[in-house]
Amino acid sequence: MAQAQQPQRKKIESTGQMMKIMSDYFYDLNDAAKSETRKVAWCTSVGPAELLRAMGFAVHFPENHAAMLGATRMATELIPEANTIGYSPDICSYLTADIGAYLKKVSPLSKAYPGIDAPPRPDVLVYNTNQCRDVQDWFSWYARELKVPCIGITSPKNFTDVTEILIDDVTRQIEALIPTLEEISGQKLDLQRLRETVALSRECTELWRQVLETATAAPAPLTFFDGTIHMGPAVVLRGTRQAVDYYQQLLEELRQRMADKVGAVDNEKYRIYWEGMPVWGRLRQHSELFADLQASVLVSTYCSSWIFPDFDAEDPIRSMAKAYLGLFIVRSDTYKEQYIKAMLEKFHIDGIIYHDAKTCPCNSNSRYGMPQRLEQETGIPSLVISGDLNDLRCVSDEQTRTNVEAFIEQLEERK
Amino acid sequence: MAQPVYVGLDMGASRTKVAVIDRHGALLGHAVKKSGIDFAATAALCLDDSLQQAGASRSDIVDAVATGYGRNNVAFVTDKCKTEIGCHAKGCHFSFTGAITIIDIGGQDNKIIKIDAEGRRDSFKMNRKCAAGTGAFLEEMSARLDIPLEEMNNLARQATETIKLGSYCTVFSATEVLENIRHGKPVADIIKGIFYSMIQRVLEMDSLTEKVVLSGGVVAHNPYLVEMAAELIGRPVLLPEFPQFTGAHGAALYALEAANAVLVSEKDI
Repeated sequence: MAQAQQPQRKKIESTGQMMKIMSDYFYDLNDAAKSETRKVAWCTSVGPAELLRAMGFAVHFPENHAAMLGATRMATELIPEANTIGYSPDICSYLTADIGAYLKKVSPLSKAYPGIDAPPRPDVLVYNTNQCRDVQDWFSWYARELKVPCIGITSPKNFTDVTEILIDDVTRQIEALIPTLEEISGQKLDLQRLRETVALSRECTELWRQVLETATAAPAPLTFFDGTIHMGPAVVLRGTRQAVDYYQQLLEELRQRMADKVGAVDNEKYRIYWEGMPVWGRLRQHSELFADLQASVLVSTYCSSWIFPDFDAEDPIRSMAKAYLGLFIVRSDTYKEQYIKAMLEKFHIDGIIYHDAKTCPCNSNSRYGMPQRLEQETGIPSLVISGDLNDLRCVSDEQTRTNVEAFIEQLEERK
Repeated sequence: MAQPVYVGLDMGASRTKVAVIDRHGALLGHAVKKSGIDFAATAALCLDDSLQQAGASRSDIVDAVATGYGRNNVAFVTDKCKTEIGCHAKGCHFSFTGAITIIDIGGQDNKIIKIDAEGRRDSFKMNRKCAAGTGAFLEEMSARLDIPLEEMNNLARQATETIKLGSYCTVFSATEVLENIRHGKPVADIIKGIFYSMIQRVLEMDSLTEKVVLSGGVVAHNPYLVEMAAELIGRPVLLPEFPQFTGAHGAALYALEAANAVLVSEKDI
């Protein structure tokens, strides 16, 4: 494709506020770990964070730390450390990067937040396998290494409908966590506090949905690449007032962009759906690659996965179970295809990019014929790019560039 | 003054190809050289050779388009670029009517491109980072066997059996080749097995439509591989007149379009 002039990267003004609340969050975690009285829980990103927060735990999300390792391009050098102790290069590169960082005693936190050396030492590790089995393996390694309890939810998988039987199952599993957590935290679960936390999570998730849905506008005021950064509070501060306040501010800014017809990409010509994980170490390059081609990657399954409409303060534990089961990644292809089809229509999509992440089969939906089926049903062309979320040894920049440019050429021919 | 010409430069990972065409799209000159480490210098040599063959000079160039891995390294000729997927599609559509599936076996990657009767792309696939089925695989095997690339085609033709290589991986395949040598298998049979493996790796990338066109340097220099491909696909396959120059020709056709000239398809001439 002809090389256009360098695109303007439009800075989201609210980013400064996001950086501040994220900074406050990490320093608070660090303080909690040093405190005699506070307890720290590690939680998977769609684990029972509401329960942990309501019980007074400071909550660390290793996936967030692993994504930071990817985004800072530290991961690729750390993954081999985990490989050498038996964790294959073919398994989750969040897991291998994070364990590698622990073994090498390095962390991106120490560069970003002076005074913080490493993630906070946990008092308990709490997983939910709704994302994959790897999170359990990941936490189990730390449990052995740090000699702390590791408990969690073994989620049903590959179902189409979230049925009452499944909700019963996960509800009971969440309830079964409570005695152990009460023992570790030294306090009884306060149901009213849990209701308040779930209500805040519900509010956060609703605002996050509205933020992402601003991209239904043409031109779209934010991209997937912006979303991967601004989803931080929705992941690590779910259930807090700070996250709610932040998304109110961000939403206001994006609505103003909509009113002013300001697109995240100059002269938006193509509207792209991203299916799968981001390549964390290539966020900027990918953002520029698409912007150069006047293509706005404006919506994704990934960022939308932190929308949980089922949280209900009136029935907190059961609604948590329902919300965690509603997650895209844990559902059947039948559900996933219905979901993506609805998104394609809602966001007026011209083409889909599937990122086939080498080490993340659960987030790589191109391996069981989905692109072909969806293309046949919707007529919307798709492209599969090979890569990885964290392991840049699995990424070929030139292959990606050629594929993406050729895909946009293809869309151009069809316009 | 010579006639105006349009130039396509296909800066491949392995070879640089340049095509010079007239205002009707007909090929007037072409040249190919190893890309080496200085893309611009190689492009300049190929450009001058192909222009000379066309009876033209650089001042006769109306427009030029570059493609291939080094497409951004030839600013001295043009800053216009198209992907090799687009250029192979364009080049093949010029030579063949109707909807076609193009299989391009290149030095570093393979592509399967499906285009409709109007030449618009329906879909495309490139191989992943793996070299299986590419020219690089053939080069590696040639080195392992210590047999020049240009001799492999004739040796494969002399085979009486096909030694099957089961692995995706080039390194594992090389190990399989060495194992067969140790077991005293005829070299010709091994080379036929290498060809067979290459075609298998390419064919498993995507489904094919009725009409299949092969392009790229590997098929240009290995006609036996083309015959094997036809046999495996189960029907005759089509080959452009200059398969190695399909991408460069396509790039030149884009240059012609860019210059807003009238394109008269070869099939209409």
